[in-house]
Amino acid sequence: MAFFVEVLVAGLLAGVMYSMVALGFVLIYKASGVFNFAQGSLVLFAALTFVSLVERGLGFWAALGVTLAVMIAIGVAVERAVLRPLVNRPPMTLFLATLGLSYVLEGVAQIAWGAQVHGLELGITDVPFEIHGVFVSRFDLVAAATAATLVATLSALFKWTRAGLALRAVADDPLAALAVGIDLRRLWALVWAIAGVVALIAGLLWGARVGVQFSLSLIVLRALPVLIIGGFSSVTGTIVGGLLVGASEKLAEVYVGPLVGGGIENWFPYGLALVFLLIRPTGLFGEPAIERV
Amino acid sequence: MTAPAPLLRVDHVSLSFRGVAAITDISFAVARGEICALIGPNGAGKSSLLNVINGLYRPQRGSITYEGRARRAMRPRDAARAGIGRTFQNLGLFKRMTVLEILMTGSTLARRATLIEHLVPIGRARREELAARARAEEILEDLRLQAHRDAVVGTLPYGLQKRVELGRALAGAPRLLLLDEPLAGMNHEERQQMADDLVRVNHALGTTIVLIEHDMGVVMDVSDHVVVLDYGRKIGDGPPAEVRDDPAVIDAYLGVPHGEA
Repeated sequence: MAFFVEVLVAGLLAGVMYSMVALGFVLIYKASGVFNFAQGSLVLFAALTFVSLVERGLGFWAALGVTLAVMIAIGVAVERAVLRPLVNRPPMTLFLATLGLSYVLEGVAQIAWGAQVHGLELGITDVPFEIHGVFVSRFDLVAAATAATLVATLSALFKWTRAGLALRAVADDPLAALAVGIDLRRLWALVWAIAGVVALIAGLLWGARVGVQFSLSLIVLRALPVLIIGGFSSVTGTIVGGLLVGASEKLAEVYVGPLVGGGIENWFPYGLALVFLLIRPTGLFGEPAIERV
Repeated sequence: MTAPAPLLRVDHVSLSFRGVAAITDISFAVARGEICALIGPNGAGKSSLLNVINGLYRPQRGSITYEGRARRAMRPRDAARAGIGRTFQNLGLFKRMTVLEILMTGSTLARRATLIEHLVPIGRARREELAARARAEEILEDLRLQAHRDAVVGTLPYGLQKRVELGRALAGAPRLLLLDEPLAGMNHEERQQMADDLVRVNHALGTTIVLIEHDMGVVMDVSDHVVVLDYGRKIGDGPPAEVRDDPAVIDAYLGVPHGEA
């Protein structure tokens, strides 16, 4: 039993890491209806910038501040250079634009910081400790706490600020939001900047876990099942989806894996997502598309 | 055709979608303080015309003169900023918000505090928040929506939602209201109330109103001025009684049975 709980807890905590990547997608999807393929590149770009600055002798907080500023600048620049000229184009056009953007970001990152793998040390010891006979990773716990803080902050932002109200308005009815006078350009810039900040946090945690390298941008693919299960437009959905994916892949690996020769952790989430696509295509918390006739 | 300087003038506007003409060479003027009704069969281009006026569509030809300034098309945000309020035919509400929140979005333009100021809600952000809330409460009372202030708007009956949408437009303190079928889908009593509300807003606040409506009884009752469209062209323009007796209008519209949208 203790072993089951241990696997479950480890899975849930790993799931939080997926949630954090998925969160960036949801923000942009809500504001503009676009699946932002470049989110993974943002994660990579942020982690790489931070680690390179630290290696060049900047302190932790100084490097964090500079990277934060860079990510916000990227968000604003993307609105100006990519989104604004493509306004009112079909979502597929915008999706492909973000695909292009991801290559640009990776290219720029490579030119600026080189292509080698960096280790990232955040000063969190990854020594497991014991609670009631269950071993828990301290690093995972910190990651979970960070994610919880992030989600709470974003939720408060959406609920209580004017920008949050505007974001919810745009998500519900873009045309009416325009007619009310909401400044879509500023909102997009803001959302991309926030997505950049989320990418920074995800990048630091993932970078510390697996090293800062170019394959980091492929964690978009890990976030995909989370988004399908949780729903593309729900912050709550990313959390629940992430937990579900994390827990189920670890449990499946441990309990089902041996029956089929192991190694199912890597594809199990996609299988689960496929089942969701068949049964509940909008995900657990997604908005069903309603067309008025 | 009455006042020397109309609030709104539409000049030779043509709009087409991929070669299909929606509006062809339409011109008319709306005097300050009047209620102008746009009528015409479904597909006549009425909603498209409203979208042109507040900048959601950009016409290929012609210009819109609002408060003395002529433009091909405004940005919707500029239109809102210039005091043009808008409601939509099939509701343009933010369905998951509460009634109060929606009314607050209506006054979003009056607020200047930045996001950073919002995080520390004192000073300007706090004052603006209170002002927006006070304005929303006024409208709740004015449109008899107090009982529903915290209801999620998607759960309300259609007629009430229509009223909420009018409230959101009013929260922006508009000088020109563009209403797309404000009475559609309402029962008799609701229609009467809504028509009364519109006339009251027009009289009490002096708000100029351009509305699209199919109910000819209401149109004849409330409007000062009627513009008739058919197949994207203007076929009638004048006081209600005159338009009603115009044979061309009777042929194209009044004589033809039509369903309520």
